[in-house]
Amino acid sequence: MTNFLTILFDGVAYGMLLFVLASGLAVTLGLMNFVNLAHGAFAAFGGYVCAVLVNRSGVPFFVALPLAFAAAALAGVVAERTLFRHLYRRSELEQVLFTIGFVFMAVAATDYVMGSSQVFINLPDVLQGQIDLFGVGIGRYRLMIIVICGLLTLAIQGTLARTRFGARLRAAVDDPRVASGLGINVPQVFAFTFAFGCGLAGLGGALGAEILGLDPYFPLKFLIYFLIVVTVGGSSTITGPFMAALVLGIADVAGKYYVPKLGAFVIYALMIVILIWRPHGLFGRTVAR
Amino acid sequence: MSDMTTLSPVAASTARIGRWRWQETAFWLLVVASYFLFSDRYLILTEIAWLALFALSLDLILGYAGIVSLGHAAFFGVGAYGVGLLAKHGIIEEPVLALLAAGLMAMALGFVTSFLVIRGTDLSRLMVTLGIALLLRELANRFSDITGGFDGLQGFTIAPVLGLFEFDIFGRTGFVYCTVVLFVLFLAARRLVNSPFGLSLRAIHNNRLRAEAVGIPVDRRLIAVYTVSAFYAGVAGALFTQTTALASLDVFAFERSADLLLILVIGGGGYLYGGLIGAVVFKILQEIFSSITPQYWLFWIGLVFVVIVLVGRERMRRWARVAPDFLLRRLGLSRGVGGGGSRGGEP
Amino acid sequence: MSVERRVLLRAAVCAVAVGAFAGMASAQETVKIGLIVPMTGGQASTGKQIDNAVKLYMQQHGDTVAGKKIEVILKDDAALPDNTKRLAQELIVNDKVSVIAGFGVTPAAFAAAPLATQAKVLQIVMAAGTSIITERSPYITRTSFTLGQSSIIIGDWAVKNGIKKVATLTSDYAPGHDALKFFKDHFVAGGGQIVEEVKVPLANPDFAPFLQRMKDSKPDAMFVFVPAGQGGNFMKQYAERGLDKSGIKVIGPGDVMDDDLLNGMGDSALGAVTAHMYSAAHPSQINKDFVAAYKKAYGQRPGFMAVGGYDGIHLLYEALKKTGGKADGDSLIAAVKGMAWESPRGPISIDPETRDIVQNIYIREVKKVDGELYNVEFATFEAVKDPGKTKK
Repeated sequence: MTNFLTILFDGVAYGMLLFVLASGLAVTLGLMNFVNLAHGAFAAFGGYVCAVLVNRSGVPFFVALPLAFAAAALAGVVAERTLFRHLYRRSELEQVLFTIGFVFMAVAATDYVMGSSQVFINLPDVLQGQIDLFGVGIGRYRLMIIVICGLLTLAIQGTLARTRFGARLRAAVDDPRVASGLGINVPQVFAFTFAFGCGLAGLGGALGAEILGLDPYFPLKFLIYFLIVVTVGGSSTITGPFMAALVLGIADVAGKYYVPKLGAFVIYALMIVILIWRPHGLFGRTVAR
Repeated sequence: MSDMTTLSPVAASTARIGRWRWQETAFWLLVVASYFLFSDRYLILTEIAWLALFALSLDLILGYAGIVSLGHAAFFGVGAYGVGLLAKHGIIEEPVLALLAAGLMAMALGFVTSFLVIRGTDLSRLMVTLGIALLLRELANRFSDITGGFDGLQGFTIAPVLGLFEFDIFGRTGFVYCTVVLFVLFLAARRLVNSPFGLSLRAIHNNRLRAEAVGIPVDRRLIAVYTVSAFYAGVAGALFTQTTALASLDVFAFERSADLLLILVIGGGGYLYGGLIGAVVFKILQEIFSSITPQYWLFWIGLVFVVIVLVGRERMRRWARVAPDFLLRRLGLSRGVGGGGSRGGEP
Repeated sequence: MSVERRVLLRAAVCAVAVGAFAGMASAQETVKIGLIVPMTGGQASTGKQIDNAVKLYMQQHGDTVAGKKIEVILKDDAALPDNTKRLAQELIVNDKVSVIAGFGVTPAAFAAAPLATQAKVLQIVMAAGTSIITERSPYITRTSFTLGQSSIIIGDWAVKNGIKKVATLTSDYAPGHDALKFFKDHFVAGGGQIVEEVKVPLANPDFAPFLQRMKDSKPDAMFVFVPAGQGGNFMKQYAERGLDKSGIKVIGPGDVMDDDLLNGMGDSALGAVTAHMYSAAHPSQINKDFVAAYKKAYGQRPGFMAVGGYDGIHLLYEALKKTGGKADGDSLIAAVKGMAWESPRGPISIDPETRDIVQNIYIREVKKVDGELYNVEFATFEAVKDPGKTKK
C-alpha cells in the first residue's frame, strides 16, 4: 500500500510537470489556433537560463526559477512580435513547417552555445532526498513540483475564468473581429498570452531538468509528450490538459512500475484508446469549431 | 466503377485533367538525365527515389483526401521489416515479388488501422497515427528475437532483381530499380487521382458534408485511399531495405514521419509532384548542409524552412516563373519562354 | 548474363580498391579517413568527443605520417544505420578513403561491416561496444571497449567484496543485454543472487518507477548500465529516491559514470563503484598531458569516448608507419594485429586473433579530488580480453 502511494505521488509529480510544460502549447493551440511545435524550445531556453544562473553565477535556485520564467516569456514576446505573428492566418501545415524549422535552429544554436552534453542544475540541499511520511517515501523535489505546479494551475484557471483579461482573451479567440470592435486590442492580448505560455514552458524546463534531463534535443525529444497531453486533454480548456497530464503521468509511472516489461506501451496505447473514444480529447468540446 | 461509363461528362473531364503536360515530360527526362549526370551520386539519388515514393504515398491521403498523418512511418517500417524478414528466412528471394508482398503487408495494416483514422479531428488523427507507429516500434523492440531489436535486422543479402541485376556497391542497380518502381507507381497514382474516384476524394477534401450530400460514400472512399497509400508507403519501405540491406527500429521513428510531412509541405500537396519535388529539395539541402557543417546543419535547414514560410510558396512560385525570363533577358535572349503553364489544383 | 555481371562487378570493386591504392602511391600521397560519427541527435556528444580527440591527436602529431598526408573527412550519421551505410559507401566509392572509422552505435558499425569486407577497407570502431561487432568483417578492429570486459570484472569484484544480492537495471538494447549477461554469468557463478531484473526502454525520460522497484527488492547493490549520456539523469534520481542513504550501492560498467557528465551529477554519485577502461583521473603522465591538452582545447574533461577516438587515430598512425605508408585494407589490418602501446587509459593492445582490444580494466570509486568528482582507480585487472570471444 505504501508503495502504491509512493508511485501515485511520483505519477502526480510527473503529470504536473508535463502539464506545466505543455500548458503553453494548449493555450496557443486551443485558444489561438496556432500549431506551435517550437514550444519545447522555450522550455529548453528557460532550463538553460536557470542552469547558467545557478551553476555559473551562483544565483539561488528559487530566485532562478522566476527568472527562467521571465526570460522564456521575454523570448516568447520577441519571437511572437517578430516572427510568429505573421503566421496566425497561415495554413496549419505552414505553421508546422515554420515552427519545426524554428526548433531545428534553436537545437543547433543551443548545441553551439552550450555543448551537446546534458546539463544539470545544482540544487539546494533542502530539495534533495526523500522525507518519510507514515512510511510513504516522498521526494522533496517532487513535492516542490507538485506545490508549484498546483498553485500555477489554480492561478491560470482563475485568470481565464474570472479576470477581465481572461474574458478579453476568450472574446478575442471566439471572434477577433467583434472583439476588436469592442475595443479589445487583440494582437496585444495574443502577444501577452503567447508570452505567458512560453514563460510557463520556461519554468517547466527549469523544473524538469532534474527529472527529464536537459540537452539541446529537449524540444524535439519531448514534443511527442506535449502533443499527447494537449490532444488527450482536448485543447479548448485548461482543465482538460491538466487532467490528461495527470492521468498520463500516473499511468506511465504505474505502468512502468507494475509491468516494467510493457513499459513504453502504456502511454501510447492509452492515448490511442482515448482518442478513438473521444476524438476531441477527454474534455474537449464535442462540436468541431 | 459504373459511374465511369454512364457519366460521359465526367469521363471527358477526367480525360482533360489527366492529359500529360510538357512540364511532366521535362521532369521525368530530368530524372533520366540524372542517371548520366550524377553517376557518382547514385546512393543519394536512390534515397531520393524511395523518399519520393514515400512522400507520394502521403500526398495521396493528405493532398487529395485531407487526412493528416504523423505516423506514416508505420507502413514504411512494416514494408522494410517485411522485405528484410522475407529475405532473411529465404521465403521470397526475388526482390520484385518481395516488394509486392511487403507492400501488401503494409496495405493490410493500412486497411485495419484506417477505421481508427477516418473519424476524428485533424489533431486526433495526427496523434493516433503517431501512436500506432510508436507502438509498432516498441513491438519491434520487444520481439527482438524476430526483428533483431535495437541492433536492427542485418546479415541478409538481397537477391538480384528479376534474377538478373545484382545490387552493386556503386548503387547503380538500386537507383534504376527504385526509379522504375517510382515511375510505375506514380503512373498508377496519376491514373487513380484523375479518375472519378480521385475526383470524389477532392470533393470530400473540400467539403465533407456536401460530398456526403451528393451521395459519395465518404467513409469507404477514405478507407480505400488510406489502404492504397499504406501500400505505397510499404513499397517505399521495402525499397529502403532492399537498397541498404538493413532494417532498424528507426524505420518507425517519429522523425521519419515528421520529415515526410515537412517534405510534402515544402513541395506542396495535391498535384502528385509535390512529394517528389519536396524529396529532392529536402535531401539535397540536407546533403549540402551536412557536408559543409556536419555539426550544425540542422540550423541551416531550419533556416530554410523558416524562410520558405515567411516568403511564402506562392511568391516563390511566381519568382520561379519570372526568373527564367529575367535571366534570358539578362543574357540578351529576350525570347520570352512561356514558363507559366498552370499546374494542377493547389490546396 | 548474371555471371558476366558478377565478374564485372568484382572487377569494378577491385578497380576501386586498386584505384584508391594507385591514387595514393602517386603524386598526392594522401591517406583519406572517413570519420562517421553521430554529430546530431541524442548521441551527438559521443561524436563530438571522438571528433575532438581525433583533431587533438592530429594537432599534436602532425598530419603527415610515413610520408603520407592524413586527411580526415567528417560525416554525421545521426546514429542512423542507413545513413552510416550510405555515407560509408560514398566515402569508399567517391572519396576513395582507405579507412572508415567512428561508429557511435552498434547498428551503425554493423551496417558498415559488409562494405569493409567488400571493398577491403580497414574499419576502426571507436565507440560501439557490443561484443560481436568485430566478427562481422575481417577488416574491423576496435579501440573502444566491449561491455563484457568491464561487466565480468565488476561481477567478480562484487562477489569478492561481500555483495550478495544485486538488483539490475539495464537499458533494453544489445549493449545493455551484453552487460547484463556477462555480469550475471560471473556474479551468479561466484555465488551471488539477482533479486530483481529490470530492463528500461532506451528512450526513457523518468527512471522513478524502475528505481522504486530497485528499492523494494532491498539489494546490497544495484548493477546499472545506461548508455553514455543518460548516466547523470539516472544518478540524480537515484539520490532523489534516497537510495544513496539506504545503503544500496551503484556498481556497473563505467558508462554510467562517464567523466563527461560526472561533475554535474553532484555528491550523490560519491561512492559508486564501477569497472571501466578509462578514468580522467588515471594517474599516468601520458594521461595527465592528454587531459590537460583536451581541457585546454575544448574546455571540458575528456570522457571514455574521446579516448576511443584518440587511440583509434593513434592506431592508424602506427599501422601506417609499420606498413611504410601502404594503406590497403589487408596491409593495415595485418599491421594492426598485435599492436601494443601506452594509451592515456593505460597499456593496451590489439588481439591478433580477434582484432579486438585487450586492455586493463580498473575498479574505480567516485571521490572528490580538488573539489571535483573523479573516478579514482583502486584496483587493476590486467590485459582483459573480450569475454564474448574467449568463451568460444
